[in-house]
Amino acid sequence: MTETEIRALAAEVLAGIAPEADLATVGDDEDLRDALDLDSMDFMNFVIGLSQATGRKIPDADTPRLQTLRSLVAYLGG
Amino acid sequence: MADFLMPALGADMETGTVVEWRVRAGDRVRPGDVIAVVETHKGAIDVECFLDGVIDELVPLGQALPVGAVMARVRAPGEAAAPAAAPPPPPPEAPRPSPPAAAPQAATAAAPAPPAVARAPAPATRARVSPAARRRAQALGVDADALAGTGADGAVVLADVERAAAAQPAHAAKPRGFDPALMRQAIAAAMAKSKREIPHYYLQSTVDFTAAQAWLDAWNAERDAIDRLLPAVLLLKAAARALVAVPALNGFFADGAFRPGDGVHVGWAVSLRGGGLVAPAVHHADRRTLPELMTALRDLVQRARSGGLRSSEMTDPTVTVTSLGDRGAESVLGVIYPPQVALIGFGRIVVRPWVVDGRIAPRPLVALSLAADHRASDGHLGGQLLAAIDAALQDPASL
Repeated sequence: MTETEIRALAAEVLAGIAPEADLATVGDDEDLRDALDLDSMDFMNFVIGLSQATGRKIPDADTPRLQTLRSLVAYLGG
Repeated sequence: MADFLMPALGADMETGTVVEWRVRAGDRVRPGDVIAVVETHKGAIDVECFLDGVIDELVPLGQALPVGAVMARVRAPGEAAAPAAAPPPPPPEAPRPSPPAAAPQAATAAAPAPPAVARAPAPATRARVSPAARRRAQALGVDADALAGTGADGAVVLADVERAAAAQPAHAAKPRGFDPALMRQAIAAAMAKSKREIPHYYLQSTVDFTAAQAWLDAWNAERDAIDRLLPAVLLLKAAARALVAVPALNGFFADGAFRPGDGVHVGWAVSLRGGGLVAPAVHHADRRTLPELMTALRDLVQRARSGGLRSSEMTDPTVTVTSLGDRGAESVLGVIYPPQVALIGFGRIVVRPWVVDGRIAPRPLVALSLAADHRASDGHLGGQLLAAIDAALQDPASL
């Protein structure tokens, strides 16, 4: 996946979880959970959404790497 | 012939408005069927019917009815419909909320006309929708993917969404969420009543979450994201189990006496995006497995936020549990939701120094609290409940 595709995917998954959240306002190194007020259930749903859309297993130990846009792009692009 | 009454969907509810009937006059209804959608201060609730028979005399849409008013009548199976065999008509003073003359007019006004504009057939592939348009569509309850776009390359843009929303009938255009101002009023009323009438007492304990966390990590390590568990389900199950052991904190205080709940139906406090709070029931939480509880919580949170909670979930909670989650405060002392008699609170799990076998060690800890009604119990009993929750969390495999 390209960076653009990953960012678009993240935005789409988040739109289903936090409809009013605007990913464009979130810095690359900001914690998405703080920036978008995601609770543990929201973040888990975010991981599930990314996992299902990419067909990729995301081990529980890797989920901290999905907490910022920069590390998320690196993780899913890698 | 039985009356189907407007249910009290919370301590604070005075009126409800039927915004949709899911059945028609003459339909057979069975206990547990969702028969109507009722708008309340806490959003639109799917109202279940616990009668069995043929439904009739549905009230018109769009009228605010007091709690206890007749919404419809249900004829038992086998009960003859013919007027000769039917029981005598209700006396004139029976609470009929709607004068018949006003009824047809109200029904017409509220009946949803299908939106005539901008509804393209559902596209085979996902329509191109601008992010701004998609956000607005979600806020307005419009299906952006079903719109014909007027933007570049036929993309759906903000203006298309606004136009489609304007074309929808008033009540259908409302998202199936809640109105934050009404929600605030509902919470204010219930909490003011609680603080006015319930003599609260509070207890707090700190629980070592090490065993539970280790069990959880092992469970989650090998599983797909969809099958993983959050700490919240362990907390929920531990609380539910403890309430079985200490039933005097599970139930209601009404008419000057405590009445135990008929099962442990945990009202799970869900914070709503945009402000507001609702605590719908997880029925029989003590009897469900952890994966079942995880599925139930996920479903409950989803429906609490987007609409579609059921009336039984609003009326059945016998206790409330609030868990602040991984970004919340360290502890909470709750306000009891009347007529319940207890609220169990869990703070954020934090790593702090803890004494283990005479030595200080870093441990994950959770602040556990109880707010309870002194009319129904004393602190000694409350302490037993907290001890039972702690004990359950030290043996997570048993949950």
